[in-house]
Amino acid sequence: MICPNFGAGAGRRVLAVLAAAIAVGIAGCGDDAGTTASTTGASGDTIPVGILHSLSGSMAISEVSVKDAELLAIDEINKAGGVLGKQLKPVIEDGATDWPTFAEKAQKLISTNKVAATFGGWTSASRKAMLPVFERNKALLYYPVQYEGLEASPYIFYTGATTNQQIVPGLEFLKEKLKVKKLFLVGSDYVFPRTANKEIKAWSKANGFEIVGEEYSPLGNTEYATTINKVKKAKPDAVFQTINGDSNVAFWKQFSDAGLDSKKLPVISVSTAEDEVRGVGIKNIVGQYVAWNYYQTTPGAANDKFVKAYKAKYGADRVTDDPIEAGYVGVHLWAMAAEKAGSTDPEKVKAASKGLVFEAPEGKVTIDGSNQHIYKTARIGKLRPDGLIDTVFESDGPIKPDPFLKSYPWAKGL
Amino acid sequence: METILNELFVGLSIASILLLVALGLTFTFGQMNVINMAHGEFIMAGAYTTYVLQTAFGTGLLTLSFGLALPAAFLVAGTLGLILEFLVIRRLYGRPLDTLLVTWGVGLMLQQLARDLFGAQNVNVDSPSFLAGGVDLLGVNLSYPRLFIIGIVVLVVIAIAAYMQRTPAGRRMRAVMQNRPLASVSGVRTTRVDRTTFFIGSGLAGVAGVGITLLGPVGPTLGLAYIIDAFLVVIVGGLGQLRGAIVAALALGMANSFIEYNTTASIAKAGVFLLIVLFLQWRPQGLIVQQRRGLAS
Repeated sequence: MICPNFGAGAGRRVLAVLAAAIAVGIAGCGDDAGTTASTTGASGDTIPVGILHSLSGSMAISEVSVKDAELLAIDEINKAGGVLGKQLKPVIEDGATDWPTFAEKAQKLISTNKVAATFGGWTSASRKAMLPVFERNKALLYYPVQYEGLEASPYIFYTGATTNQQIVPGLEFLKEKLKVKKLFLVGSDYVFPRTANKEIKAWSKANGFEIVGEEYSPLGNTEYATTINKVKKAKPDAVFQTINGDSNVAFWKQFSDAGLDSKKLPVISVSTAEDEVRGVGIKNIVGQYVAWNYYQTTPGAANDKFVKAYKAKYGADRVTDDPIEAGYVGVHLWAMAAEKAGSTDPEKVKAASKGLVFEAPEGKVTIDGSNQHIYKTARIGKLRPDGLIDTVFESDGPIKPDPFLKSYPWAKGL
Repeated sequence: METILNELFVGLSIASILLLVALGLTFTFGQMNVINMAHGEFIMAGAYTTYVLQTAFGTGLLTLSFGLALPAAFLVAGTLGLILEFLVIRRLYGRPLDTLLVTWGVGLMLQQLARDLFGAQNVNVDSPSFLAGGVDLLGVNLSYPRLFIIGIVVLVVIAIAAYMQRTPAGRRMRAVMQNRPLASVSGVRTTRVDRTTFFIGSGLAGVAGVGITLLGPVGPTLGLAYIIDAFLVVIVGGLGQLRGAIVAALALGMANSFIEYNTTASIAKAGVFLLIVLFLQWRPQGLIVQQRRGLAS
């Protein structure tokens, strides 16, 4: 998910100039591309691993919880004896909602801290900034959030969903269960919603959906009255919503104040999860739909254990959700692969990862050897009055990841 | 017709929000020429005050806690402003760039403080039941939270006008603004007036924060979404001019609403910026100009 929520801050713009100047200065001296990850790994009894999320700035709202989940996984692995008999030592860095900072800190983790792998990122912008750093250093990144697809870096493991595991099942749900014919698309104005909507339009053409409107709002937008007026006027059967970040709160509050609810106009969202619902206010969103691969309510012993451990460590009022779970899964997948490879060398870990199976809280996940995404079960959820989400529609088992949508005839030419 | 009425109401609503967040700045920026980048964080403080009261009183007493939040947020944000004025700003009068950087830093610290106190995630502020939903009039959906914000703005504007025009303190404030040395030699304690002005301006940011909880997210970075709009209203309106700010907020709100209806939200934002740039080329001093009787500037 890509939400570089700039908070519409031009005040930031003044500072952005300064920050950019500083970043250029630092990147200029600190960028030792000659260092390769072959020096990676363990000295002594510990293995350093990197955690790189926005702990400050507007993305901290989402990323702090993922960092917490990754630390929980590291704790669990250490309690069970570590990896290759050594304890994992997390090195935590703050990406500060600033994409050059992500690249810079990734380089620092690799060359100074010699981390065996890095877990981090949320926005696609941060992932795109880190990608060349990891490729150049031949080091590993585990990226935990659903995203727009059309990417498969050999040095990134994608533990969130790609479009065919989230958006396509969402559309199938609207068609089969809600009998939708007319769809309105509302999204934030940047690469993820625009790419996703292109795919939705291609799918709609092949499946007889009529797209009666398409609206984008700037990231960090807090004013949705006009958008909602346009939606009302177009009279769609449902809304497909790809709004990201803080704007979600504004959208749901104002949607509900305009007298709309899930009975009058169902909305399906691909970026509102349990963690965000807490800030939206459940009465504004109850009964509406979301598309993810995991909910706190997903049944299974692995999830019961995960939810219990997360709440025990961070407080009973905290909730788990899809990106939180994907962050947790990423750490475990890396640890399993390193054990299997008998080494933390990235190339050996990559080789050992092919086809690796893990009993994740979301169910059995398998790493696809060819694109390093994972097989995930798609789940459509419905918001219930206590803020948790019930699964109302589920794919038949885990779906093979297809980031370039090659196996879908309607996606030709995207 | 229905569409035009709907968009008129949306424009009025946007204008009321713009004016609400800008009213505080007409004091601190408009009257005192202090570029306070932490103003957005005072708005955030007001929003979190609502949250804290709501948590303390429980969901059974939403109306009471929300009603109390208005004066409480004024005091909380005003006190933060006083502290900022006392510790930092009074040492930096006349050094706008230094003030800008320092207050930006203070803003970042306040954001981090909120994150440590309340967690990084957004918190939920429930609106009291009498503000849930809306009413349809002539095919126009008037949502109660938006009507309520318009109501708050009208009341605050009346209160400010009365204070400025009818009270001795308001007269002193205008005197200092118009000619500081002359006010000073006439026996006005200018440092005290500055402090009062800053307290009121910051407090109004807190009141804005309470209103904003009805419509938008309540999180540590809430202020960033509103600070620029607030500065724009004050600049377009003309520094220190209440009337100017009102007209500017209305113009920007209506422009935003109608451009967005006919194009998209992104184009509306850009379009409004473009209009502002053109307007300031034509009238760099803003809509209404402050009459100054001093020799300086």
